[in-house]
Amino acid sequence: MDDERLTFGVVVFPGSNCDHDAYYASKKILGQNAVFLWHKEADLKGVDVVILPGGFSYGDYLRCGAIARFSPVMKEVVRFANDGGTVIGICNGFQILQEAGLLPGVLLRNSSLRFVCKYVHLRVENSETRFTNRCSAGEVLAIPVAHGDGNYFTDPGTLQRLEENGQIVFRYCTPDGLITPEANPNGSMASIAGIINEQGNVLGMMPHPERASDPLLRHTDGQKLFQSIIAFSLNTAESGRR
Amino acid sequence: MFLARIRVTLRPSILDPQGKAVAHAIGTLNVGPVQDVRMGKYVEMKIQAPSEAEARKITEDVCTKLLANPVMEDYTFEVSKI
Repeated sequence: MDDERLTFGVVVFPGSNCDHDAYYASKKILGQNAVFLWHKEADLKGVDVVILPGGFSYGDYLRCGAIARFSPVMKEVVRFANDGGTVIGICNGFQILQEAGLLPGVLLRNSSLRFVCKYVHLRVENSETRFTNRCSAGEVLAIPVAHGDGNYFTDPGTLQRLEENGQIVFRYCTPDGLITPEANPNGSMASIAGIINEQGNVLGMMPHPERASDPLLRHTDGQKLFQSIIAFSLNTAESGRR
Repeated sequence: MFLARIRVTLRPSILDPQGKAVAHAIGTLNVGPVQDVRMGKYVEMKIQAPSEAEARKITEDVCTKLLANPVMEDYTFEVSKI
């Protein structure tokens, strides 16, 4: 961090296609520093936040995210996460975090078998994370999804732990904040749209906050995630100086 | 040289919508009462190993570390000398 600005590192895998959106949102909309991190380089260049962007890394061969997790940069991402660094995986990035063992569960084919690309509503289930501190509990955000494999699944024991620890951060809901099967675009267990790890420093989510950031595109709820990360990091740095 | 033939399938507890869609298509063929279609992956790999036991160990390793995700998939394989 320099002059009160964070540096967001956006990892680029072959087949990433939301890397520029994440870079643009961090740099042009939120006014932070941003750099691309090529997946072959085992170097995070001292960034404050790592973003694994959406896309189709390695063409989704074998399983979504299964091959990307063997990229040289991922060893460093895992090390960074284990040291408490802030990591956010969006869409394909979420799938990669699961394959890398940083988040539990798996994202299956959408129950409809269709690729779903539309705005959905998310209810903030936990507003006391470094990713949601600028949201209020129960707040409804409008953020788009675009995926074919976003159907969250895990074993019953893990689901119970996620519930009890407050690790379910976002659930799909109606515009009024109700959790209904109709508001669930992909069949996810417990309408899960995003979860954090037990330590709270790694977030995976299927919706795309970077696509709901530019006021030109009308919806700006995605900015709140970036603002939360920035607020958390500045507070942490502040208390570190005291 | 050994040949490993590996099958990766969704665990029985996992819904297989692709299998369901194929089952539906089979239904339109009027070939009889086909039910419960499950889709999976088939992988072949050649292994230069000193023994079959070693080849099996390598195959097992590849399956657990890469080819199958234990949260949703099971695997079976055969190894034969070629």
